Amino acid sequence: MSQVDTTTNAGQLLAAASGGRRRLGDRVFSRTAVVAAVTILALLAGVAIFLVSEGLPALTASASELPEGKSFINYVAPLAFGTVLASAIAALIAVPLAVGVALFITHIAPPRLALTLGYLVDLLAAIPSIVYGLWGIFVLGPAAVPVLKWLEEKLGWIPIFEGPASATGRTMLVAGLVLAVMIMPIVSAVAREVFAQTPRKLKEGAQALGATRWEMIRMTVLPFGKSSVISGAMLGLGRALGETMAVTIILSVSGAVTFNLISQANPSTIAANIALNFPESSGLAINALIATGLVLFRSPS
Amino acid sequence: MESATITRPSTLFAGGLGWRRRAVNITMTVLIAAAFVIALIPLISLVYEVAKRGIPGLSLAFFTEDARGVVGEGGGAAHAIVGTLVITAVASVISVPIGIMAAIYLNEYGEGRLRRALTFFVDVMTGIPSIVAGLFAYALFELFFGPGIRLGVMGSVALSVLMIPIVIRSAEEVLKIVPNHLREAAYALGTPKWKTITKVVLPTAFAGLITGVMIAVARIVGETAPLLVTTGVVDSMNSDPFNGRMQNLAVYAYNEYRSPGVFKQAAYDKAWAAALTLIAIVMLLNIAARLVYRRYKTEIR
Repeated sequence: MSQVDTTTNAGQLLAAASGGRRRLGDRVFSRTAVVAAVTILALLAGVAIFLVSEGLPALTASASELPEGKSFINYVAPLAFGTVLASAIAALIAVPLAVGVALFITHIAPPRLALTLGYLVDLLAAIPSIVYGLWGIFVLGPAAVPVLKWLEEKLGWIPIFEGPASATGRTMLVAGLVLAVMIMPIVSAVAREVFAQTPRKLKEGAQALGATRWEMIRMTVLPFGKSSVISGAMLGLGRALGETMAVTIILSVSGAVTFNLISQANPSTIAANIALNFPESSGLAINALIATGLVLFRSPS
Repeated sequence: MESATITRPSTLFAGGLGWRRRAVNITMTVLIAAAFVIALIPLISLVYEVAKRGIPGLSLAFFTEDARGVVGEGGGAAHAIVGTLVITAVASVISVPIGIMAAIYLNEYGEGRLRRALTFFVDVMTGIPSIVAGLFAYALFELFFGPGIRLGVMGSVALSVLMIPIVIRSAEEVLKIVPNHLREAAYALGTPKWKTITKVVLPTAFAGLITGVMIAVARIVGETAPLLVTTGVVDSMNSDPFNGRMQNLAVYAYNEYRSPGVFKQAAYDKAWAAALTLIAIVMLLNIAARLVYRRYKTEIR
């Protein structure tokens, strides 16, 4: 550790003038800062260690001791499937929507409104997830029931719309929709940032050559922002994978592993499963739940 | 990367602005605008529905009474409100000093491996699913207190895991903006480094730091999942984080929905009222953060 910040000229002068002697205040303060940094690393290591140590008993236990009498792999696989399915639906809906919103705010709406519009979209991100859960089950679900019926009638030959359509709307499709609304602001914020930074000379060059606005966007803004949008989508996907309360409340769970999006029989997600079962669990069941949490933790990295 | 290259400028739009290109332009513009409108629909619906369903549940009793011994329509959520305030306050007391000191370390002192490790792991920390943070807090306390332990402070620890990376990130940004010439002027006057930080850098960054903290609090005040597995559910008022279970608004709302008891509508009303209160708190914090920033920020010449 350097005694004085010798990267600046003033720091070098100071070190020379005081003969390099370390003041008590400096020692205490810089040590405290280092302690804070180390504490955080220790905290993260602690999270990993505790989860692994609590989860391990479940990973090594035999099938008969675990909840539902399945081996751990069989226990977590449907949950992982449900998690990925819900998040995939959310991402498929949210990313194009977010790109559209970002394009609207940065390139189509009047520039003076951009800040206000962005704030409105970011408001969606501030809403707590149980509120989304309550909204999903009491508002969106019932509103979606006619749509689900229509999907079953007209598009029932596609496996994902096989039905029978749920009468309460508590389906994977609705859960995915709510997740999409939750992650859309995240992706949109990233997309807005990068679209706004598209170099002017690219855009104006396209326009000078006679491109229409959409052609300009398609030829310059979108390719420029592609990689950032993808990393924004990864961020949103990570959020969707770990989202608990909205899915817990909305989804009517039967444990079935199916691609059918509109019926009553849905797989649960890892996070929702933990939320549903933890309060009444004890012993090895808790270890099993923690082990599934580990699976979730490791998945995005 | 500037990947958009125009290879044959002279012939790219040689066909002229026919009706086809114009039609595509108009169609895409409409689609993008539609995306924005679609994105706003959930926001409007959420705010409207929460207000519509939550206001009937609000009453003086809601804010002043707890639910001890209440079976039917009476009782309130005062214990939940107090719980939310206490848990959030303790979480802030844990996270803010550590977070700001770590940000100071990263920005003012850090070098080499510790710095790189910390930056990397803070990024990892931002991606921890909230329920995993709750499981960690549970596992940690179970080690010392045995299984089935439920304490208010456990919830605070879980929330701190979520809050610390947010505080660090925003504090780091704000500290970075403080111009170096202020620090160097202080050094030139013989000020030791720790005094420079506490008397020059931190006051300059003060508004931004407060804003960052308020935004972090707004983010965690609505978290349900980690509290579900740590603080438990209880009906009576408890303001001691170290003694027994503590209720909070988010878990309260979830519980009223999950176990409404005999008087279903009254319970649902209370759930919506709690949701409304939560949203109000989040919005107030966000607005207050903006106001504080504008009022206290130091214009740097």
